Amino acid sequence: MQKQEVAIAVRNLVKYFDGRKVLDNINLDIYKGETFVIMGGSGCGKSTLLRHMIGALTPDSGSVFIGDKGLTSATEDEKEKIKRKFGMCFQSSALLDFMNVEDNVSLPLREHTKLDPEIISIIVKMKLNLVGLQGYGQLMPSMLSGGMKKRVGLARAIAMDPEVVFYDEPTAGLDPIVCAVVDQLILDLNKKLLLTSVVVTHNMESVFRIAGRVAMLYKGKVLQIGTPEEIKNSQNDIVQQFIHGRLEGPINFDDQEQDVQHSG
Amino acid sequence: MLNIFEKIGIRVQGWIHITTEFLNLLFETLYWIFLGPFKDKPIKRPTVFEQMVFMGASSIVIVFFVTLFTGVVLAMQSAYQLSKMGAVMYVASLVSVSVCRELGPVLTALVLAGRIGAAITAELGSMKVNEQIEALDVMAINPVRFLVVPKLLALFFMLPCLTVIGDLSGIIGGYIIGVFNLKINAALYVQTTFKYLTLKDIYTGLSKSFVFAIIIVMVGCYQGLRTKGGAVGVGKATTVSVVTSFILIIVADCVITGFYYFSNL
Ligand SMILES: Nc1ncnc2c1ncn2[C@@H]1O[C@H](COP(=O)(O)OP(=O)(O)OP(=O)(O)O)[C@@H](O)[C@H]1O
Ligand SMILES: [Mg+2]
Repeated sequence: MQKQEVAIAVRNLVKYFDGRKVLDNINLDIYKGETFVIMGGSGCGKSTLLRHMIGALTPDSGSVFIGDKGLTSATEDEKEKIKRKFGMCFQSSALLDFMNVEDNVSLPLREHTKLDPEIISIIVKMKLNLVGLQGYGQLMPSMLSGGMKKRVGLARAIAMDPEVVFYDEPTAGLDPIVCAVVDQLILDLNKKLLLTSVVVTHNMESVFRIAGRVAMLYKGKVLQIGTPEEIKNSQNDIVQQFIHGRLEGPINFDDQEQDVQHSG
Repeated sequence: MLNIFEKIGIRVQGWIHITTEFLNLLFETLYWIFLGPFKDKPIKRPTVFEQMVFMGASSIVIVFFVTLFTGVVLAMQSAYQLSKMGAVMYVASLVSVSVCRELGPVLTALVLAGRIGAAITAELGSMKVNEQIEALDVMAINPVRFLVVPKLLALFFMLPCLTVIGDLSGIIGGYIIGVFNLKINAALYVQTTFKYLTLKDIYTGLSKSFVFAIIIVMVGCYQGLRTKGGAVGVGKATTVSVVTSFILIIVADCVITGFYYFSNL
């Protein structure tokens, strides 16, 4: 376990939105088979960082490597090949609302494989079982609750048996028990299929339940990377305030407002 | 003074940018239609048929009524003029030629721009702001191939069909006035209708509707895919889409008519 293979590497990544620096010189290594958690306050750039890793956004400078391939410099064909190894569970679920649950989950299979419709339907049933939604296949996304949509999104993310799964706040808006179920699911997938998982979350319980390593993001910078233990015992005031959810400390809500006003 | 020029410059730059983006989308769509199938990325026929039903079947009634009443109005207005010269019997050919050459294709396209163009923009726009387009992209499903291509193919086939229906119902509108109000003999009316209507009148009209179909779908998709800013953004994009389609349809109509007029085809 000394030399681990790097699955995703982020190097000196900088991103501006409308002249505002949202990501500031990010450096990360995510190893194969680990569960890597990114945490940080609302609006600190977690989703944006994830979007760079999946190639949906291009950095203003710096680069993202998947294995040893540079994502930024890849051709369209290469990018497509890389993306087929990805699954992504969106913060807003992002289900296609003109298709029912079953078609949503089977979409990547129908598009990218030549499997029989019957086999696809079995796979879809299995995936829906995994997220506890057996029997909901015929419903339209608009008929589901937020938490159920999230779980369908999760089923879709793992439909193609990806190598890397990105989760953007998979447990936000779920009740504590389903929350634990989803966490367990992330861990199981990780162990059984040797997946690499990248999880963005605010939920401290989840962090300590699932994380192999944690990165704390603050104002677009990586504040600290370490095992959950190291984070728990961190000397950094900001990290301590965040994981304990304290009102007093270096993170100040009024400051953040001023930031936005100055840049705007 | 400089400020005005600067502003104009920025505006022009914006237009150039939008035009390039729009043409890029158009070329990408054409790529997926003509070259994609050779790269193991076939066009999904069931989706195209679904779209054809959605666009075509649901628009027949409104196209029928719009062109029918236009035919009625056209017959009344021209009868009013022609009666002064004692040429009322030419109402039939006047209606048929102007409907087939001009009013049928243009009115049908405008109706469809209002119905289908707006629907396309609203659909793609709300998909865009809800991260669904991004989700497709992550699943390595090209949004242009998956969403734009079926719509373009569907309307490309449906708009000319609807135009033929529009032409016919316009002629029927003229017939109603001609026969029941102007008391022209029914057989004679039908005869005059087709007497001066050449094949050229019909195919120039239909050739327009192919171009209009491309305008409606591509403008609708382009505005939808560049939507930003939540539900408000979707509303704005839909308005812009319909207005742009309307203007481009009229301009294209003028250009195509001019082309046939000056080239004597
Ligand atoms: N498309 C965009 N255009 C302009 N600014 C953006 C865009 N996307 C994100 N931002 C800005 O970038 C910053 C980071 O956003 P991001 O969505 O990454 O936050 P986050 O850490 O995921 O927050 P949350 O936990 O609330 O989801 C925010 O300040 C946001 O205003
Ligand atoms: Mg987020």
